[in-house]
Amino acid sequence: MASDGGVFCLRRPEMINVGGIGGMESPPLDVDEVHVLAVDDSLVDRIVIERLLRITSCKVTAVDSGWRALEFLGIDNEKASAELDRLKVDLIITDYCMPGMTGYELLKKIKESSSFRQVPVVIMSSENVITRIDRCLEEGAEDFLLKPVKLADVKRLRNYLTSDVKLSNGNKRKLPEDSVSVNTSPPLTLSPDSSESSSPPLTLSSDSSDASSPPLSPVESLSSPLSFPLDDEDDDVSTESSPTPEESPVRRQKMRSPSLD
Amino acid sequence: MDTLVAQLQRQFRDYTISLYHQGFLDDQFTELKKLQDECSPDFVAEVVSLFFEDCEKLIGNMARALDQTGNVDFNLVGSSVHQLKGSSSSVGAKRVKGLCVTFKECCDSQNFEGCVRCLQQVDIEYKSLKAKLQDLFSLEQQIVQAGGRIPQVDI
Repeated sequence: MASDGGVFCLRRPEMINVGGIGGMESPPLDVDEVHVLAVDDSLVDRIVIERLLRITSCKVTAVDSGWRALEFLGIDNEKASAELDRLKVDLIITDYCMPGMTGYELLKKIKESSSFRQVPVVIMSSENVITRIDRCLEEGAEDFLLKPVKLADVKRLRNYLTSDVKLSNGNKRKLPEDSVSVNTSPPLTLSPDSSESSSPPLTLSSDSSDASSPPLSPVESLSSPLSFPLDDEDDDVSTESSPTPEESPVRRQKMRSPSLD
Repeated sequence: MDTLVAQLQRQFRDYTISLYHQGFLDDQFTELKKLQDECSPDFVAEVVSLFFEDCEKLIGNMARALDQTGNVDFNLVGSSVHQLKGSSSSVGAKRVKGLCVTFKECCDSQNFEGCVRCLQQVDIEYKSLKAKLQDLFSLEQQIVQAGGRIPQVDI
């Protein structure tokens, strides 16, 4: 059973305080822990995603808009923020449909930022629109999750992160993982609209990595080509493009996923 | 002879199963239960409570927008419906979510009567779910107070 990363609060003098409406304070950061910035305008979804992340041992900062996310990261102001060193963000997970700034627009701004462009960005959406997914992946998103997000989706992300996590000093190190296989290539989520499936990605060239294989940075993993056929006409038709047609990407992925307790 | 705890646990189990079978809840509710533990024993209750507050607020927005006779902003209604659909999906409120799908279609086709009907139905539905979940949580509390453990129900 994964430990709850949010249970113990490390009482240190420095606190990263997001504050404001929709901002949620997170306990002080420990450099060893994975820190996720979650962006969603829906309060219900923010609570759920925060819990999902905490239960998989992540520290979470949840904000309610793209603007607040940029504010938190310090991207929107021109002076270098003194806080920047402590803003170790290992993953940004954002809703797509948000008023003001969409998740896609936020993704673009993050990828334009020299400080944060290497941070993996995951997009969440309630709509399985292929063109939308493509657009996000082309813009550099690491993954696309179909809402409602499930524990299995987040656990998979978490495993994906363990090989990519960088410390603030730039070194990569592996955190304890609870799975053997780690997906390091850019995934595409093509999920059928069955209600009981989660939306794990279709991964390419996913080697089972063990401790001896070198971890890929998010930038490196993005350079792998997405070279499988896609139906691109219909917006909301989910397609299967796995080599074994009778297995959907969902089921195929589930077979490779770590066992969930 | 059944102990009180056993009776309550059976009631709880039966009630839970019926909520799923009658389509009030779907497996996303099950997912939420997975996120509940000794450290966060009230997680599900807290989330659904927020959801019901959301329902009230969004339904209020929709009602106000639909009330602008002759000048209804269907985009505004549709945007609230979209939000409600999202949060109902996130908590496993299956019937509410289903109604939102129909509701969205009415908004997209600017079907005023359809929207009004959907609004009424969504209002009834969320309140009905709220009452049922309150009963369910009350059963949980009774079990705990009687010294028992809340059974895990496999749907």
